[in-house]
Amino acid sequence: MIRIKNVSAYYKTVQGTVKATEDVSFEIFDNEIVGIAGESGCGKTTLMKAIYGNVESPMYIANGSIELEVEEFGEKKIIPNQEIHRYWWDHISYIPQASMSVLNPVVRIKDQFLDSYLRSEVRALGKQALLARMAAYLQELELPPEVLNAYPHQLSGGMRQRVIVALATFVHPKFVLADEPTTALDVVVQRGILTMLMNLQKQLQNTFVIVSHDMGVHYQITNRMVIMYAGRVVEIANTDVLFDRPQHPYTEMLINALPRVGDDHQRSGIGGRPPSLLNPPAGCRFADRCYLADAGCTQVQPELVEVEPGHFVACLKRAPETAASAPQSTWRGTASA
Amino acid sequence: MNGKFLEIRNVSKIYRIGGLFRPTKIAAVDHVNLSLDQGKAQVLSLVGESGSGKTTLARMVLHLVQPTEGEIIIEGMSTGRRLNRSQMKTFRRRAQPIFQNPFESFSSRKTVDTYLFETARNILGAKTKAEAHRAVDEALVSVGLSAERVIGRYPNQFSGGELQRVSVARAMIPHPELLVADEPVSMIDASMRMNVVNLFKTLRDEFKVNILYITHDLSTAYYVSDRIAIMYRGNIVESGPSTAVLKQPAHPYTELLLDSVAKIGEKWHDVVRLPDMESKEYGYVGCKFAERCPYVRDICRKMKPPMVTTEDAREVLCFKLVNYENVEEQKVAT
Amino acid sequence: MHLVKPRLVVGLVIVGIFVFLGIIAPPFAPENPTAWNTYFRNMPPSTLHIMGTNNLGQDIFWVLTWSIRNSLWIGLSVAAFATIIGVLVGLLAGFLGGAADRALTLCMDVVIAVPSLPILILISALLGGNSSLAIIAVVLVFFNWPWPGRQARAMTLSLREREFINVAHASGENIGKILILEILPFMLGWALANFINTILVAIAAESGLAIIGLSSLKEATLGTMIYWAMQHQALLLEQWLWILPPIFAIMLLFIGLFLVSTGWSDYFATRRGRQ
Repeated sequence: MIRIKNVSAYYKTVQGTVKATEDVSFEIFDNEIVGIAGESGCGKTTLMKAIYGNVESPMYIANGSIELEVEEFGEKKIIPNQEIHRYWWDHISYIPQASMSVLNPVVRIKDQFLDSYLRSEVRALGKQALLARMAAYLQELELPPEVLNAYPHQLSGGMRQRVIVALATFVHPKFVLADEPTTALDVVVQRGILTMLMNLQKQLQNTFVIVSHDMGVHYQITNRMVIMYAGRVVEIANTDVLFDRPQHPYTEMLINALPRVGDDHQRSGIGGRPPSLLNPPAGCRFADRCYLADAGCTQVQPELVEVEPGHFVACLKRAPETAASAPQSTWRGTASA
Repeated sequence: MNGKFLEIRNVSKIYRIGGLFRPTKIAAVDHVNLSLDQGKAQVLSLVGESGSGKTTLARMVLHLVQPTEGEIIIEGMSTGRRLNRSQMKTFRRRAQPIFQNPFESFSSRKTVDTYLFETARNILGAKTKAEAHRAVDEALVSVGLSAERVIGRYPNQFSGGELQRVSVARAMIPHPELLVADEPVSMIDASMRMNVVNLFKTLRDEFKVNILYITHDLSTAYYVSDRIAIMYRGNIVESGPSTAVLKQPAHPYTELLLDSVAKIGEKWHDVVRLPDMESKEYGYVGCKFAERCPYVRDICRKMKPPMVTTEDAREVLCFKLVNYENVEEQKVAT
Repeated sequence: MHLVKPRLVVGLVIVGIFVFLGIIAPPFAPENPTAWNTYFRNMPPSTLHIMGTNNLGQDIFWVLTWSIRNSLWIGLSVAAFATIIGVLVGLLAGFLGGAADRALTLCMDVVIAVPSLPILILISALLGGNSSLAIIAVVLVFFNWPWPGRQARAMTLSLREREFINVAHASGENIGKILILEILPFMLGWALANFINTILVAIAAESGLAIIGLSSLKEATLGTMIYWAMQHQALLLEQWLWILPPIFAIMLLFIGLFLVSTGWSDYFATRRGRQ
């Protein structure tokens, strides 16, 4: 389990401090696929880096803590954020954004595999045995075995991404963080990779955290979702609940902005832009783009409130903190046929 | 004149890859035929995975790449051979590009308006500063932006969606008859895509521009196109009116594409076979989709499939529609 | 400004001192500091002659400033012309490709392959000590332009493939505009570092030639100053103030230029990284 408590991660820049994430709290449990959704710049990648323990200047954690709970020799141990790097590859692994360009162009794939396990005990097996296991693993993931002998540029973008997923999951880590794993890939390859991730999770019974701006991706493979906007968490719910009755206006707009095949009515993208994170507004950060907002929204920062078990919303209109109100009648989008 | 506005005639592009000793030939585009009728403005979508040849085809239409075989004719003007300066100028007035990555489409060292003004002066032919300004203004308004929002700013001061709209504005300045948009929304957040896609609809309806829309995303293609052509490894495997193709797909690959869209409302259930290494698939003798096709038969692996024309004016490259018989091009009922 | 590294500042200060010395020469120097026998020979330092006089009857300090001025002049003019010519040729070769590229690359490769020292010696020998600095400068430009040329070509080759070049074409920009407005801006930082480096190379080349007596001997440069000093046995006669200052000046100037060149590269790289 990973506990994220009130994490505020900032960046020092020449223009000032960019408050990439602000007061983010939630938990990541075992054996689930969690999706983190939101526009570019909402803080998802920063959050991932923080969870992974990859905090390098100019990024720093101004507030809050992240704890990784692992089981070692039958005992539960809590690892603070600074120590997480000791558990990379084994317990927790990370697939960065645009990882297609992360492979070394002058080294064959098999050598990159071998190089990356320098710290793991698996290396003790010896090169031949390791390569044999790799080939078997790749076949399980339906990757052609010739891939091992190829150079990265000989593989298409989708193929490279699949190889990287294989690399990241080879040692069966308990947590896999994937940042936009299928962005810039076409739909068929995207489906292939996402199904691969789903099957892996079913097999390994571990946890995947998927970051994506595409709600369709989340719908297909995640069990639970976290919606972020301008550095803050605005809604958390199980995926089917979220799509059935989204509470936060931003979530509604995200879902509604996607065109569907066979669907003939007008759709529109979300207008406006997120606020600057150098100087975020005091009240609700979504207020200026929100159809429900009123004057009060720009003055008070909404907190996450549990509107039904497991479903949290940070919105003054939909989930006022004071009243233990029944869920409002939800907006179900424009009238579909 | 009721001829064709755009005609792609038997176009191929062949690359030799590999080392000195064992080069292989890849037909990135393989004898493709496609056309747009004169008269009403249309959006023709070219849909395919990465490596399908759609971008190569688009670049040939834009005269950025020369075809190895075949001809591309826009309003009677062939763009296949080398063009001289005045021919290039006419061409650029007629056809303009919109590229995939909005941040790469402009130099990071220049303000984006420089490209707009250059287009106004060189292609549209604006003679005075005032004329150029007016043209730029109009173009920006037509995409939902304003001159003060855009002029004087560098690319990194815009979001992906906004910058792409600036690209569209630039392309529209000379009032072209054809826009070639290569994956214009794939690098924009899913929630912002519709802004740009809706813009294409407006351009077709109000400004009467034909649009060649290259994409791998069927949902936006469905939303905006009149006609669709589906490409796989260099061949057009199905083409026709978009409602027909997408509501009743005839080619197995079209079915696969439709099924693979990450839709909200329906979850994936079937297992999908992913493509093999590019160099292998391009080398297949018969149908290039054979190894991934759920309806494959022996003949598919051995012979190239015929182009079958259906009743509802679609063209499909598949043996399934002719009962797996070895025939030449044919017309069939659907 | 906290990004500006100390080495750049130190380098600029050093070079600044030399430029200052080079600039004060004309207004304040006596008529012709290089003329022989203007003063009494071998006088020790005094208020009239800050560094004394040498065996040729020249005031050492003014000869030194004049030499600095001429050396800087050679360095700057050679660097300017070599960089400009090299960058232009490189841009054209890289962008045009095909036959033009092959022809220009051949030119560059031939000039690089030819060893410059024997040619320089030959030219100097033919002209005797009568060559002017201008001729030396021209020859140095000829041997130095291909180096920035090849790099500029390499950068152009890669920049040419970027998408915004296609957009520039679609906007109707002609080749000249594309080269200067689109491609060149990406090379400016490197070009400046290269320019400063070439100053160094040019001064080194001329000084080297001068010390072995092949430069323009009637002009005063740091190199010729050392030459004359050695000709008059300054080392043996322990006339340190005559022979050591030009040597130290060359060393210091080189260090200064090197610091500026590398400091600028560093600074520029970090600035670009932030964009």
